Amino acid sequence: MDNSEIIRVQDLTKRFPMGLSEFTALRGINLTFSRGEFSGVVGPSGSGKTTLLNIIGLLDNPTDGDAIILGNPSKSLSVKEAAMIRRKHMGFIFQTYNLLPVYTVFENVEFPLLLLSMSTGERKKAVLEALAWVGLSDKEKSKPAQLSGGECQRVAIARAMVKHPDIVLADEPTANLDADNSHHILQTMQKLNRELHTTFIFATHDEKVISYLRRKITLVDGKVSHDEVLES
Amino acid sequence: MLAFKLAYKNLVGAGLRTWLNVFVLSLSLVLLVMAWGILEGWNIQAKKDMKEWEVGGGEYWHDRYDPYDPLSLNDAHGLLPTEIEKLRTNGNAVPVLITQATVYPEGRMKNILLKGIDPSQQIIRMPTSLMKEDSSTINAIIGIRMANATKLSENDIVTIRWRDANGTFDAKEIRIAGIFHSNVATIDNNQIWLPLDRLQQMTSMKGQATYIILKRDIIYAPTIPGWIHKGYDVLFADFDTIIKTKHIASSTVYLILLSLALLAVFDTQVLSIFRREKEIGTDIALGMTRWQVVWLFTVEGAMHAVLAVIAGAIWGTPLLYLLAKYGLAMPKGTEGYGFTLAEKIYPVYGAGTIIIMSVIVMAATAIVSYIPSRKIAKMKPTEALRGKVQ
Repeated sequence: MDNSEIIRVQDLTKRFPMGLSEFTALRGINLTFSRGEFSGVVGPSGSGKTTLLNIIGLLDNPTDGDAIILGNPSKSLSVKEAAMIRRKHMGFIFQTYNLLPVYTVFENVEFPLLLLSMSTGERKKAVLEALAWVGLSDKEKSKPAQLSGGECQRVAIARAMVKHPDIVLADEPTANLDADNSHHILQTMQKLNRELHTTFIFATHDEKVISYLRRKITLVDGKVSHDEVLES
Repeated sequence: MLAFKLAYKNLVGAGLRTWLNVFVLSLSLVLLVMAWGILEGWNIQAKKDMKEWEVGGGEYWHDRYDPYDPLSLNDAHGLLPTEIEKLRTNGNAVPVLITQATVYPEGRMKNILLKGIDPSQQIIRMPTSLMKEDSSTINAIIGIRMANATKLSENDIVTIRWRDANGTFDAKEIRIAGIFHSNVATIDNNQIWLPLDRLQQMTSMKGQATYIILKRDIIYAPTIPGWIHKGYDVLFADFDTIIKTKHIASSTVYLILLSLALLAVFDTQVLSIFRREKEIGTDIALGMTRWQVVWLFTVEGAMHAVLAVIAGAIWGTPLLYLLAKYGLAMPKGTEGYGFTLAEKIYPVYGAGTIIIMSVIVMAATAIVSYIPSRKIAKMKPTEALRGKVQ
């Protein structure tokens, strides 16, 4: 198993303008993540979890310091290069699922593969496989509005995993789910992490999620207060 | 290609909103094509009528003849040149003599033009054979507009007064031998047609004419001293101006309708971008560049026009076909407008017109789709993902 470093965060600081002053969301963060990790950034609201995930996901730029993603320093990447890295190597899971409402389940999961210009046959095979992972093979023709919250999040997981990305970033993936659905989707992600060796990084303050993590990074006021390996 | 595929899915997925926009756009397109078709049909029909009834294959005018100058009319006549005389003998030309006169229908008085033409001519469709002489009566024909204006009917006898070449007034009674119905107002309004020989005799202008009508399809336009050849470009100039003016007027109305349809597309785009911020953020997170998303939304908006062209073809084709087949009846009274206008206009739709109209609608829709979509390029993906209004 390849446990090489996949993400390195160096002296990362992020400040946001707030009226005439600035709000510092992250203060000199230093972290590394290895391939196949199942880790989480935890902390109270406003501690900087989502900001950190956004920077790792190349959706935002650091004010100071850098995030080196798959060997690419984020500060040196153009918008297009960042988009290409997200397209090929990253999957995202959001608290509110962010499924495209006019597409069917199949089409939602197929979307990242369309961006990769895969052939129709390859796309179909990959989508059906991803739907099988999350147990939604029978819902491929449904629209998101016809699904429960848990099912929507499973579609989002399938969408994130369908291209076999190196990194999956999940921002509060269970926040809108009940306990049963939360455990179900966490077990699914845990299984995919083990089988596909995908790196999962969560931003969460949900104890249910924390109970599945193998590494917990605690942020308080934009600083890493604890970085611990957990037994699972 | 991906943008087109995704845009199509998004559009169809948007349901009623899409179809309303598509319908309004297709309505604009069909009405634009219809308006142009009607004017084109009118243009073709009117020019055909004018060739058949008035101008034949072109005219030679006496060099002093100006139809818009009544003061010079008395001097605008001359003997037929030899070249024209030959054509006349062969039935390839017919001379017309014009003189000013006054008609007294039912005791009233009306200034008119007396026009003399050979009753046996076959060059224009006017029923001149009705004027053939039968002893001492002067047989004349008039158009329906003149008949309505003077309340004259067939076989009515009416007095006319004119001045001969020496300026002497004379008067005679004429018989209305026939009333013709023509779409061409310029051979009808305020005109009485008489046999040419008789008019020449009445005006002491033997062998003279004001203008000569050539037979259609005759290619003959040599330079003749004292006479000026007038081709279709000159003879149709007034009518072309009317059509051009009508084109501008009707296009303005339909372009306003198109603008309203485009406004609906613009509104839809603005609303889409406002309501679909999360989707935009998700697209970017999944690996689209911002400009790809801008392109996607632009294509999505522009695709309204593509669907409108298809919808317009589906519902508009039968409508336009029926209109072209059965014609569009003109309201009563249009014969008094003074220009050539048939009772029914049969629209003519050129492929070029349809293509140009479709391209205009598509290009305009693409532009109004692009303008609001540019906002996406300035969006922060992290904000868009949260659906925060920026």
